[in-house]
Amino acid sequence: MEACIIGKKIGMTSLYDASGNLVPVTVVKADPCVVVQRKTVGSDGYSAVQIGAFEARLRKAPQGSKKPKTALKRHGLNAPQAGHFVKAGTGFYKHLKEFRISVEDTVEVGHELTVEQFQPGDTLAVTGTSKGKGFAGVVKRYHFHGADMTHGSMIHRKPQSGGATDPAHVFKGSGRPGRMGGDQVTVRSTKVFRVDTERGLLLLKGAVPGANGEVVTIKRLRAGKGEG
Amino acid sequence: MQVIQELEREQIKPDVPDCGPGDTVRVHVRVSEGGKERVQVFEGTVIARQHGSVRESIIVRKLSHGVGVERTFLLHSPKIDKIEVTRRGLVRRAKLYYLRGKVGKATRIKERRER
Repeated sequence: MEACIIGKKIGMTSLYDASGNLVPVTVVKADPCVVVQRKTVGSDGYSAVQIGAFEARLRKAPQGSKKPKTALKRHGLNAPQAGHFVKAGTGFYKHLKEFRISVEDTVEVGHELTVEQFQPGDTLAVTGTSKGKGFAGVVKRYHFHGADMTHGSMIHRKPQSGGATDPAHVFKGSGRPGRMGGDQVTVRSTKVFRVDTERGLLLLKGAVPGANGEVVTIKRLRAGKGEG
Repeated sequence: MQVIQELEREQIKPDVPDCGPGDTVRVHVRVSEGGKERVQVFEGTVIARQHGSVRESIIVRKLSHGVGVERTFLLHSPKIDKIEVTRRGLVRRAKLYYLRGKVGKATRIKERRER
């Protein structure tokens, strides 16, 4: 099966590689993920695995509440969500994510996926939610050049012309100020720097989308030749 | 965050000498060229010590054939063989960037003597 895992971005640091160069590294913590559902062409029309990550722990029953939550709901999940895990017979997980896999792959529900799938040097696609930038102008949002700050320029960071006057409207897709960030972003050239099986860590070379603590999904694109 | 500190601690050298601005040091660097490895020595004055943890570095300045040469050395890098402190300097600031504009007598630094 294609190597894939769900992890949490812990943060960035820099570490020395084997040849003594200081390399920027993103640390991703990935607890063992579990296959919760196997989707097949026969049952769902396509082939995929659904993977659960980060165990949802059972919370204590609240004392003396009028409507005590059932044991299932005490995982912080609602009844349909909890029922999905009961049906799978796996543990309860906070995050579910689907990965397309080839039809011939035989993976069973309950199969554990760990960081051991990965090797230093592997090329990955890392998907996360980018940091929210709020309401951003066109210079930041679309890399407009902006105008002079000095020389009597009274326009600095405005969008300026929105297009020709003849069409009498602004074409769709032209750059305007607005909400930026908080989108799903995939980086497709990230290399594995090191795999720490003891602590369940993946050290990736370079940056990864999202703030620290963000959930990232990792999929291998190409296997590396051992050392990164 | 704790994990990051642990990872960094694994690469921090325990025996980095105490060298700061004003000190004269001999830095032994491992250079590999054509598959062979040899040690090159760079001697000069430390004009700055900056950053922390594994990224900690010093800037060493020397005069080579009348031309000022500055090199930055990562203190915890495996490429650094060893660092010898040959002279302690007595200076009153943390960054000695003012040395860049000076030559000859003006670049002298008082020696620090332990009492």
